[in-house]
Amino acid sequence: MSAQSAFHASAGDLNAQSLRADARRESLRLLALLSPSLFLVFAIIIVPIGWLFWLSLFDEAGFLSTANYARFFEQASYIKTFVTTFKVAFIVTGACVLLGYPLAYMLSQLPRRAASICLIFVILPFWTSVLVRTYAWLVILQRKGLINSWLIDLGVISQPLSLANNLSGVVIGMTHILLPFLVLPLYASMKTIDGDCLRAGMNLGAGPVATFRQIFFPLSLPGLASGVVIVFVLCLGFFVTPALMGGGKVIMWAMRMEQTTSLYSNWGAGAALGVVLLVVTLALLGLFQWLLGARATGVWSSR
Amino acid sequence: MNMTRNVSVVAVAALMASLAAPAVAGDTITVASWGGTYQEAQTKAFFKPTADALGITIKEDTTNGLDDVRLQVSGNAVKWDITELGADECARGSKEGLFEKLDYGIIDKSGINPKLVHDDWVGISYTSVVLIYRTDVFGDKGPKTWADFWNVEKFPGRRALSGSQATETLSVAALAEGIPIDKVYPVDIDGALKSVDKIRGHVDAWWTSGAQAMQLVKDGEVDMASIWNGRAGTLKKEGAPVSFSFDQGVLTADCMVIPKGAKNKEAAMKALAMFVSPQLQANLPLYVDNGPVNEKAFETGKIPPERIKDINSAPENVKKQVLQDAEFWRDTLVEATEKFNNLVQQ
Repeated sequence: MSAQSAFHASAGDLNAQSLRADARRESLRLLALLSPSLFLVFAIIIVPIGWLFWLSLFDEAGFLSTANYARFFEQASYIKTFVTTFKVAFIVTGACVLLGYPLAYMLSQLPRRAASICLIFVILPFWTSVLVRTYAWLVILQRKGLINSWLIDLGVISQPLSLANNLSGVVIGMTHILLPFLVLPLYASMKTIDGDCLRAGMNLGAGPVATFRQIFFPLSLPGLASGVVIVFVLCLGFFVTPALMGGGKVIMWAMRMEQTTSLYSNWGAGAALGVVLLVVTLALLGLFQWLLGARATGVWSSR
Repeated sequence: MNMTRNVSVVAVAALMASLAAPAVAGDTITVASWGGTYQEAQTKAFFKPTADALGITIKEDTTNGLDDVRLQVSGNAVKWDITELGADECARGSKEGLFEKLDYGIIDKSGINPKLVHDDWVGISYTSVVLIYRTDVFGDKGPKTWADFWNVEKFPGRRALSGSQATETLSVAALAEGIPIDKVYPVDIDGALKSVDKIRGHVDAWWTSGAQAMQLVKDGEVDMASIWNGRAGTLKKEGAPVSFSFDQGVLTADCMVIPKGAKNKEAAMKALAMFVSPQLQANLPLYVDNGPVNEKAFETGKIPPERIKDINSAPENVKKQVLQDAEFWRDTLVEATEKFNNLVQQ
């Protein structure tokens, strides 16, 4: 009896050992397969970012210094630019959610054929250059542009609205360009929501609003979260639209980088701007992950 | 079959041509400039005649300015033998030691303003910052001086100034304060900033590129603006209802340099000598509104007399304008630009 169990135990041990060895071999093989891409990531992402960070620590004369970072506090315009960048990013992300959520919801509810036709209209602007679309908005929004001349001709307004060359122009232009980045992941996640869950909810006596609020919306949150993160991060680094639509009054971080790089004769000045944006963005991503991740998976599903 | 043979004949011919060309025609140099219509004009005025006369090949490239030179020189990968820059960039690059010394035994500097002749850089052409206004808004009674531009009661309307070229905006701000054109330099930066402070609430756009300045005026987004004379001239030629003059203009020079470590320094020196010679300088205003840097160009007889009055660097027009002092901005640019940004973005 005891001999038998010992035999069983040692056989089990043996089995476990060989399984472990197998698993180790397997993971080594996977690592070997992965190594080219890992090397690529290291060479084209990790090394340059490290270099950027390194460069930002040197002043004009080539000595280690914090001058490039101290500048942000000495010159008021950097903090102003920083605040503007985040203000624009929040407004644009908010506008994208307000416009994109209903759109994605509608697309997910349409029959397949109609949905794919509508999706083409979402994707089509993607294929047009950002520059062209921004100039198009300029034509529409400026003082003597389409909207103002229509409104004046219709007698709705007597003075042209200032829609271009200010914050509203930047927000309108950027929202248009970034909307697909929110709609596409959101639509994809909405499509995976099981219709039976909704039907079950209705069956148990929930009205349409309650079903949406308690079942559909929570299930769509992971898609919304990824869309929001993509749009927000793209906003932070946006250049073309604010440069053309902002009338020089809405200076965002990327524009500042370009300016600073050509103004100072050391790369550190521009590099420091890059490092600050990277660190703040990563910190915010961490925050998003913590907030939205918990929300989308933990809090809501335990209800 | 026939087709294949033709292709191979062409290929062989092309190969031979590419092998033979440098040997026959001598050196090849690469010149970088700003691109666009300006560089097209330079090709016709400077590069082609020089290549023909010296029997060299001139390849062209475009530059974004001093950053590019800095990158090439510090990275030990100098692609260009000659590159164009703004004069203040030349002054700064010279301080950083980015350029080769020029040989004024080969380059004849007579006729060029001494302020634009330096050990390692030389002027090549002029741009003016001018005041432009729309005649459909003001008729011919528009703002003529920068003091008028600053006078928002007498000249109501939307305004644009340069936001990217702080040096130019500070110069016109000094003029707006009533400082005479020969007293603008050295610019009293704090005084000029105070002047900018007075107008900034009335500025509807701070432009960051020549194309943007042009678009703002052309589409009637603004009624008056500071603008580069080349862009202003183009607007007028296109029939836009605008008026401008060289009165109180700010003359800014462009310059050319040989980046440190350029591969064909000697050929580049000879080519540069040709570019600044009166004969080729006189070609430039035939194709573009940027004036020649060598005043002897006006004595060659190549430029039609009726054209001379429209050229910013014609002796008559130079008298009405302020010449940007590149060396002044070399030492003050960073501080002035930061202060300007702080003010404008308040």
